[in-house]
Amino acid sequence: MVAAYMVGTAFRRQSLAVARFPRQCPPRMTAPADFTTSDGTLKFTGGLTLARMGDVPQRLDTLDTPPTAVDLSGIERIDTVGAWMVHRLVRDHGTRIEGADEDAARLIDQVSQWDQPVQVRPDATPPFFRVLAQMGAATTAAFQTLLGLVGFLGQIVIACGDLIRHPKRIRGNAFARQFEVVGVDALAIVGLMSFLIGIVIAQQGAVQLRQFGAEVFTINLIGRITLRELGVLMTAIMVAGRSGSAFAAQLGSMKLAEEVDAMRTIGVSPVEALVLPRVGATVVLMPLLGFYASLVAIIGGGILCWISLDIPPTTYIQRIREVVPITDLYVGLVKAPVFGLIVAMAGCFQGMQVEGNAEEVGLRTTAAVVQAIFLVIVLDAFFAVFFTSIGWN
Amino acid sequence: MAAGESIICVRGLKNAFGEQVIHDGLDLDVRRGEIIGVVGGSGTGKSVLMRSIIGLQLPVEGTVEVFGESMIDRDEDEAVQVRKRWGVLFQNGALFSTLTVAENIEVPLREYYPHLSKELLDEIAGYKVVMSGLPANAGPKYPSELSGGMRKRAGLARALALDPQLVFLDEPTAGLDPIGAAAFDNLILELQRTLGLTVFLITHDLDTLHAICDRVAVLADRKVIAVGTIPELLALDHPWIQEYFNGPRGRAAADTVERIHATQAGNKEAGGA
Repeated sequence: MVAAYMVGTAFRRQSLAVARFPRQCPPRMTAPADFTTSDGTLKFTGGLTLARMGDVPQRLDTLDTPPTAVDLSGIERIDTVGAWMVHRLVRDHGTRIEGADEDAARLIDQVSQWDQPVQVRPDATPPFFRVLAQMGAATTAAFQTLLGLVGFLGQIVIACGDLIRHPKRIRGNAFARQFEVVGVDALAIVGLMSFLIGIVIAQQGAVQLRQFGAEVFTINLIGRITLRELGVLMTAIMVAGRSGSAFAAQLGSMKLAEEVDAMRTIGVSPVEALVLPRVGATVVLMPLLGFYASLVAIIGGGILCWISLDIPPTTYIQRIREVVPITDLYVGLVKAPVFGLIVAMAGCFQGMQVEGNAEEVGLRTTAAVVQAIFLVIVLDAFFAVFFTSIGWN
Repeated sequence: MAAGESIICVRGLKNAFGEQVIHDGLDLDVRRGEIIGVVGGSGTGKSVLMRSIIGLQLPVEGTVEVFGESMIDRDEDEAVQVRKRWGVLFQNGALFSTLTVAENIEVPLREYYPHLSKELLDEIAGYKVVMSGLPANAGPKYPSELSGGMRKRAGLARALALDPQLVFLDEPTAGLDPIGAAAFDNLILELQRTLGLTVFLITHDLDTLHAICDRVAVLADRKVIAVGTIPELLALDHPWIQEYFNGPRGRAAADTVERIHATQAGNKEAGGA
């Protein structure tokens, strides 16, 4: 048997490199591992390696009687997995090893030293407790996020106060940049979405109202629902998906690259430099975008009314002016900046929470969008009740 | 040197990114059973060389043979047969972040040997954890819970999961403290001796070069300008090599190694007397 794994500090490895590894060269296939038993002696043949192991482990597990000895004189090669199989027999059944060459013996000896009590799987908890623990963790996390958001709002308010006292510190460029990204760049997609929403409302409304011969009320439906609810709500959802996620991802990667820390050490407040322009721009632009979305939706609905209900545009506009009270517009415009604040704050807050690795950025971005949309809809419900109770219906 | 002796054989390799030529006419042989260190200044394409050998970077021209099989334009099924026989440790470990350390080690095993039982997989992962010098409780941990040194050890354990004959290590000691780096050097050397590995090692660490490398390949001017033991390289009159090994850091590393050898020799004499 030629030495395949000859080891020794005394050898100059370089000069012996060729002599030590002849069995691996050229890379020919060894025979599959196999074994035969006679008189309690288990004789291995072939390559006792991971690649040639085949079903040997399973067959070893199902032996009727554990072998008293293993004979390794017939093996062609052995690697750590093969050595581990032999070591297992020795460990579990006190089997003797026979006919092992120097290298196999050393490898088995080495593997036996590596056999230490280790934990491979996480501690298993019963499913009931695991679910309970997860629910508890989720609840605490939710409350902590809420608390964090409130704290973040406080930071923003303080930073705002500082800026008002020192107006020279306002970063005009940063604000202008965010106005462009959040507002101007969003016009096309928000417009297209609102236009289609207007058409859908008009079409569905017309189909339902026709049953009562009340198609003309489609105009009421379009005018009121877009200005009061859908214009602003859909815009908020769109902005959450477009800008809120972008805020979280941008701030998150800046946090990862320690840019935020660098800012702090230089003496620039990250809230003032990064968060305020984004939040400010979104708060200002949401009413504008929301109003724009409502108008486009009304136009979309009007076109459908013209085509399928034969209501000419002049009549349509006339009717809109008659049936939509001005308070509907106020309702939308009051809600819009609040939604903008929530969307931008959720995005920036989640971005600033990023720590550790890049995976976190993705998770936080998702969290920002989900949180923003959730809070927007919850608040929208509150607003609906509130405006009704003050008589704006 | 006969062709059969070299486990990696690179001939006339040319790599370019757009206009920028990284390698041009690069030749390199790695012999079976040696630890070869690849050094070179920043941007000389050490990692690109490794990536071309393991097939992650398609060269513009040239041939790459590993285990005597050409690795360029290889049929995927055949390439897999070769890939089974090597392990790669990427610079930052490249552990799968959603899997625990033990699961990371089991990934290549599951991929290539799906018939292995779960118990055996766990046992193999368990002894690989110990083998790579990780603490006994590291198995169920996620990569984000590990320190940089432990992540590299886990990466090494995964690279060695299939008992490969050849391992590629990309700056294994970069970012480790000197004690951790020395321990990692020892680990590599010990495993190389026990398992009979051939090691392709990219490094900037002069201590590593002196401590464990049999030969060193120097990358400069878009090719391997010299391969040999450190004394052989020192005999060459190339400015970069001279500056690299004879600069203040190079001298310090060489002195350390000499001191260690002297101490060991002294101990031996004392023990013998």
